[in-house]
Amino acid sequence: MQLALFIIFGALALGGALNLLYQRHPIHSALSLVVVMMSLAVLYWSLGAEFLAAAQVIVYSGAIMVLFVFVIMLLNAGEEHRTNGSRAAYAVGIPGAAAIFCLLSFVFLSERSALMTSNIGGDLSNAADNIADVSAMLFTRQLLPFEVTSILILVAILGAVVLARKEQ
Amino acid sequence: MSHLTNIEAFLLLSVLKVAVVLVITLMAVAYTVLLERKLLGRIQNRWGPSRVGPFGLLQPLVDGAKLFLKEDMMPLAVERPLFILAPILALGCALVSIAVVPFGAVTRVHGVDLFQISNVNIGLLVILGITSIGVYGITLSGWSSNNKYSLLGSLRSTAQVISYELALGLSLVGVVLRAQSLNLRVIVDSQSAHGMLSWNFFGGLQFVGFFIYLMAAYAETNRAPFDLPEAETELVAGYNTEYSSMKFAMFFMSEYANMITVSCLATLLFFGGASSPFGHLIPALGGAIVQAILPVFWFVAKVFGFLFLYIWVRATLPRFRYDQLMGFGWKFLLPLAMANIIATSFILAMRG
Repeated sequence: MQLALFIIFGALALGGALNLLYQRHPIHSALSLVVVMMSLAVLYWSLGAEFLAAAQVIVYSGAIMVLFVFVIMLLNAGEEHRTNGSRAAYAVGIPGAAAIFCLLSFVFLSERSALMTSNIGGDLSNAADNIADVSAMLFTRQLLPFEVTSILILVAILGAVVLARKEQ
Repeated sequence: MSHLTNIEAFLLLSVLKVAVVLVITLMAVAYTVLLERKLLGRIQNRWGPSRVGPFGLLQPLVDGAKLFLKEDMMPLAVERPLFILAPILALGCALVSIAVVPFGAVTRVHGVDLFQISNVNIGLLVILGITSIGVYGITLSGWSSNNKYSLLGSLRSTAQVISYELALGLSLVGVVLRAQSLNLRVIVDSQSAHGMLSWNFFGGLQFVGFFIYLMAAYAETNRAPFDLPEAETELVAGYNTEYSSMKFAMFFMSEYANMITVSCLATLLFFGGASSPFGHLIPALGGAIVQAILPVFWFVAKVFGFLFLYIWVRATLPRFRYDQLMGFGWKFLLPLAMANIIATSFILAMRG
């Protein structure tokens, strides 16, 4: 069950990501990104991270991407032209992608023993309810990072308000 | 059914459950339209539909047949795949969220709960998530129609739904704090101790949260007095101007299905779901079957009450102006919802 979900939605996420790059119209790209985020949410859910999955759907695909689509519609953005790509993208992008790949494989290989014992997909049966654990962790041991992130978002909101009121 | 294995029974019962709930929801959608037309007629001192069948009861079937048989016109300049996708998305999201609603007491046959399609730990968040995905239906329909009235209607609708989603989500936090769970079944069970007195609306002192929820939900479903996305005096018909035949019907059905979902959620979260208002005062009469069906009756009665309220409000209140709408959502409902959270958590902490 877990493997089938992983194959289906992993393929969907990859297909959405490729479609995001190949589409020329911004709204099609934005909708492909929504597909990617929804498939990621299903993958989170199949790993037992229910709250993360719900937050992914509500925050990313339900709020942030709607705003993206909203802005694209409002600006009436047309089709983009194909270019040959910038030289900086080649110079930084390929080493960067390679570095991320190496880092991720290093982390997974070094944590292999811990990953082997974890109960992947065992939470699909609704047996465990980990929302209480997640929130207890978030508001006790991770309190400082959590609050700092909140203040970061607050600063961004204030910045948006200042920018919006500038003309008066 | 004793010769079936557990897996077979589970599959059979689940498919049966989904089919029955889907058919009942669609029928409820059709007859909510009739209810609305009849009630609006009565409130405005006229008859409403009365010609087809006794009391006009066959009107929804005739309407459905009419919409099916109409020519499906597709304007030339539309963005084709998205134009077709939008109504499917709207109706699909509206119908899916009924899947996590528990509409009766726990009644197990072969280990399968008869009165809830799926019991999910984060049922409340699932409904909120599906609602937030449903916005895409309206957004895309307006954009892909290539019509300025459609676009304006869908822009209004998107802005309105995003704004009121915040107040809606925050108004439910008080309920979640009291139940200490996001599972809809657990939330209902937390209100079933003393009948009406332990419902979140009366005993739980969540009436502020309830009224915030009610107003935000009316705005979420684009219903009067927040029906600016389809303000016919300004925008022809809003986002569904270019749609005809069955595609229009899908938008129409999604609006009413959303109304039903919102009423179900209000019942579950604030009015004790399928539990009886009299608690255990009434002796358990009848056999096991009557006792299984009675909670469903209470649930349907409460949902019907909320649908009635929807229609009553539509017949009574005039439409908001756009700046009033935004001001009301951001400057009144949102701070009030936050104050409600703080007060609720304070009282809960005081009690231990």
